[in-house]
Amino acid sequence: MKIGLQGVSARHPAARKADPSALLALDLQVAAGEQIAVIGPSGAGKTTLLHVMACALQPASGRIDLDGRDPWALSQRDLQRLRGELFLAPQVPPLPPRQRVVTSVLAGRLPRIGLAQSLRSLFYPRGIAEADAALARFDLGDKLFERVDRLSGGERQRVGLARALVARARLLLVDEPLSALDPTRARQALASLTQAARDSGATLVTTMHDVPMALQHFPRILGLQGGALLFDLPAGAVTPERLRMLYAAQLDELQGPPPTHGQVAVATATPAALHCR
Amino acid sequence: MSAAMPAGPAGRRDPAWAGRVFWLLAAAVVLWPLLVLAEFKPWLLLSPASLKSTLRFLADFLTPRLDAEFLFLVARETWRTLAIATAGLALAWLIAVPLALLSVRVLSLSGLAGRMGAAPALLRFSVRAVLVVLRSVPELIWALVFVRVVGLGVTAGVLAIALTYGGMLGKVYAEILDSGDTQATTALLRNGAGRLQAFFYGLLPTSAAELTSYTVYRWECAIRSSAVLGFVGAGGLGQQIDSSMKMFNGGEVSTMLLVFVALVALADRLSAWLREALG
Repeated sequence: MKIGLQGVSARHPAARKADPSALLALDLQVAAGEQIAVIGPSGAGKTTLLHVMACALQPASGRIDLDGRDPWALSQRDLQRLRGELFLAPQVPPLPPRQRVVTSVLAGRLPRIGLAQSLRSLFYPRGIAEADAALARFDLGDKLFERVDRLSGGERQRVGLARALVARARLLLVDEPLSALDPTRARQALASLTQAARDSGATLVTTMHDVPMALQHFPRILGLQGGALLFDLPAGAVTPERLRMLYAAQLDELQGPPPTHGQVAVATATPAALHCR
Repeated sequence: MSAAMPAGPAGRRDPAWAGRVFWLLAAAVVLWPLLVLAEFKPWLLLSPASLKSTLRFLADFLTPRLDAEFLFLVARETWRTLAIATAGLALAWLIAVPLALLSVRVLSLSGLAGRMGAAPALLRFSVRAVLVVLRSVPELIWALVFVRVVGLGVTAGVLAIALTYGGMLGKVYAEILDSGDTQATTALLRNGAGRLQAFFYGLLPTSAAELTSYTVYRWECAIRSSAVLGFVGAGGLGQQIDSSMKMFNGGEVSTMLLVFVALVALADRLSAWLREALG
């Protein structure tokens, strides 16, 4: 799915009038099938940007179009249909504690199937194989019939990602997919996610706090600061100098020396700091 | 600084003390007229005359009537009472579920991105108004109305419970659904799921245990309430209690009250077991 943002400003619905907007006159073009990581200090507006792209938040000003359509000019029904073509994975996986993993994963298909079929699927899950395959990509094949509240935080996060795969969306918007994962799992999860997006030709936009991981897995990097784009560059052109400017207030988020041009980050030794933001 | 105080930390006074005394006295001053208005005269209970009649009535209670003929009658009426409560609650549930689903704010599509639209907000307001009307009329009044419409008997009790309890269940269901963790539901709606799909995959599994335990509690209330309805001729154990009371037959009343205790205890066990199964 193609995304275009022109002069988009947005504020959180709960924000007070006096607060500055979370996004300020942002311009951005994303081609279909692109894979983008959004980095930046906490409070830079990364999640707000995802919410605007997911039609979960209406911009206060400016224009967004998805595949050339303005979602906010659509009728309620068409907007909801458009939302069915994209998938927003929140940072905290939104899974009811008493639900079983298989149901949670298959909930990703809801926009694709009718009400009758989704009710039948509650009685006996249809598409067990699909859920199983998605879970296997995140190394969770044995948890298919477990209850969500018996899983660890990291396992829940990966169940949330498996749901994103089952959705077969044309635009994947993933907020902090690695916040609860250890370094090995994080690398594996990110590889599965980018591979799945490549396989289906879906556009992938993720926010990341782990900068070396972002530079390693994503060709295009957006540096967001105070609701504005500081840079929009290929991963190779993101220099330590730029990163230092981006995180000027929070240098600790850089986790040691960032990778330099041409030498892809060797993240084996980097400690997995800043897991939960 | 603490020169005026006696030495040592033990000598320090809690400054909140004065305020506490004031509010206690203020509460007494405000509540006294209310007690007078309510004609609250507990000493009348202890006057020799009323004490004598009370004790005579209570003494009857000590010997519940337990012969086979009466027990059979009680068993039949108990079964009828359970039937009134269950049928009434089932009908109430049918009224409550659609109304609750209509008035839940979490399932609003227009409320997903910012404020809810004017038309959906108005719809939710009017559904809530319907629920208020249903439950603000006590089931006793509904029963008196229905006894006139459908005649004496079980049907009037069932309909009365259905209407009042429909209003209560609808209101509380909507509040349970709105006050639980709504994240799962919102995420499903944002990803394009329909409202009913989001309800079955997000909202219901999140609050199933609370909804079940409240429903069982209401069933317990319906059993008790069917006793009261029996007094106005809506059938069941209540009607029997009414006639036994009129005959000053404490033994019979005592037996039937014991049955009520057993029924309430049963509902309590059922609710605990269901919550454990769902929790």
